[in-house]
Amino acid sequence: MTEAVRMLPQSRTAWVALAAGAGVLAVLPWVVTPYYVGLLTTAMIGAMLALSLHLLVGATGLVSLGHGAFYGLAAYTVYLISPEGAPRPVWQTLPLAMLAAGLASLVVGALSLRTKGFFFLMVTLAFGQMIFFVFHDTKLGGGTDGAYLAKPLISAFGLTLEPQSLPRSQRAFPAYYVALTQLVATYLALAFLLGSLFGRVLEGIRVNEHRMVAMGFNTNRYKLAAFVIAGMLAGAAGHMWSLHSGFVNPELVGWHKSAEALLMILLGGIGSLAGAIAGAFAFYALGEVAQQVTERKLLVEGVVILCAVLFLRNGLMGIGSPRKRRPPQQAAVTGVPAAGKAGAHG
Amino acid sequence: MSPSAIRRSAMAGFLSQLLNGFQYGLLLFLIASGLTLIFGVLGIINLAHGSLFMIGAYVTFLVVKSTGSLWLALPVAIVSGLCLGVLLERFLFRRFYHREHLDQVLLTFALILIFEELRSLFVGNDFHAVPVPAALDFSVPITSGFSYAAYRFVVIAVCLALAAALFYWIERTRMGAVIRAAAEKPEMVDVLGIDARRVHLTVFAVGAALAMTAGALAAPLTAVYPNMGDGLLIISFVVVVIGGLGSVSGAFWSALLIGLIDTLGKAYGSTLAVGGIGGVLSAAASMSVYILMVVVLLFRPTGLFGGRT
Repeated sequence: MTEAVRMLPQSRTAWVALAAGAGVLAVLPWVVTPYYVGLLTTAMIGAMLALSLHLLVGATGLVSLGHGAFYGLAAYTVYLISPEGAPRPVWQTLPLAMLAAGLASLVVGALSLRTKGFFFLMVTLAFGQMIFFVFHDTKLGGGTDGAYLAKPLISAFGLTLEPQSLPRSQRAFPAYYVALTQLVATYLALAFLLGSLFGRVLEGIRVNEHRMVAMGFNTNRYKLAAFVIAGMLAGAAGHMWSLHSGFVNPELVGWHKSAEALLMILLGGIGSLAGAIAGAFAFYALGEVAQQVTERKLLVEGVVILCAVLFLRNGLMGIGSPRKRRPPQQAAVTGVPAAGKAGAHG
Repeated sequence: MSPSAIRRSAMAGFLSQLLNGFQYGLLLFLIASGLTLIFGVLGIINLAHGSLFMIGAYVTFLVVKSTGSLWLALPVAIVSGLCLGVLLERFLFRRFYHREHLDQVLLTFALILIFEELRSLFVGNDFHAVPVPAALDFSVPITSGFSYAAYRFVVIAVCLALAAALFYWIERTRMGAVIRAAAEKPEMVDVLGIDARRVHLTVFAVGAALAMTAGALAAPLTAVYPNMGDGLLIISFVVVVIGGLGSVSGAFWSALLIGLIDTLGKAYGSTLAVGGIGGVLSAAASMSVYILMVVVLLFRPTGLFGGRT
């Protein structure tokens, strides 16, 4: 590697620490109770969703509020092809779920990338809600109540792993290890992308899109590609959710899901890809603690977000290095010349 | 019924849907004008604007419950909206003018959670009907066989009066001139040495008060319930996109357009649902607002009524 990529670990030690983290996750199910195995699986799914969104937010400077829709759409795709009582193997459901999310993000991205900054936020939000209303208002996916589905079978080369055949205390293990594998794969895929020419162009777009255009890059095509890849990875996370929970409801599609993913990114630190994972674990840990301490889980969450956004400017990853400033985002450079922005950049 | 009677009753139904759409559009305008002004002048994305609508409705419910008077509830909603707006701007939003969109989104998302939880803590999670005042609890006959609820006419009148006042403020007063300038060329306002902080505070407070007033007016029409501002927030965003960012007159026309299209699409969309293609048409009618937004984005990305990118 010629030069360290901004959002990836900056030293060999940091890479080793990351690998050690994955190692700890691999051992944890044997140590904790089944309840926490389930919670950790949920947190890893959240981490995948946040990672996929980070390709847009951290790497390209595009803040999307419709990202949860692709996650939920993929979970509903699993429901449609593998309804209760008729399970299908993962090698069928995963590609189809990712394909559905990819096609939806292609259409949504092609339209919403015509806009920038504030408009982009609102338009992705509106498109996300459009997909939300399809599942919320029609009978297609069980309406407002949601529906049970047949969890995709973990099978390959004719061999099927049946969780029910395991001892009771280990039944959550298959989903856990599939999620862990997928989380590691998602991280490595994104790390590879960020280190490639493609990732460098996205970085260029984030810092100064005009200059990238002047250099002859068709930046719209790069942004659309990033949007579709992020959508497909969110779809993979949504598929994992269906495999883990066996249940879909409109909440998976709604914009609160997107906001949660954004929060995970902010909590972890916007300048680091691994921050999305740390943020996701912090988010679910916070929810768990809040639930045990008080009945008002969302109130605690709201106050913590408020404090994080007011005081924790570089996220958890930035606590050790207070001098590092947050990099500017695309919106601040090419966005709308609003009153406040003028003072910052004029 | 004779054919002419059927035609008359269909006509009456259509007229009442038109009026409903008009009234819905005016309420949308009260919300969307605040959103578009707050973004245009302050550069703030306020996702909590829908929560302000919800708070306005609950304030109305509480005032009506304790005093029995909707007439008192309206000024209370306006004044408490102004106060809440001032507090939010002074202690929170002021710190976020120079921050990225992501931070603003999360700040306002946190506010949504906090407002909804406080509502649940103090008022609970039940649906509550708010009675229409007895003096207005009648229908105004318009033609033979068609009448329209008097309270809805009052809502239309109050909205129109507020819209007129807002336009007068923006177009004819000194502060309005500064607001228009700040929405168009903020650098120039800074250079001229105008105290932008006072303008920011006023714009935010007025925007918040408009949203809360809309909630107060809507309370007797829809009842009050948790998350009631959520759907309206999204539709208001569509209004702002179609109307053009920062443009109050754009927001006005696009709110009316969307109010009519949404109401008529939902009222008559189900009648299209015959056969396969009818089902598609019916679904399209219920999503007509979003389809309109897509079309506008394709051909006029800066909005139908001027505005800027």
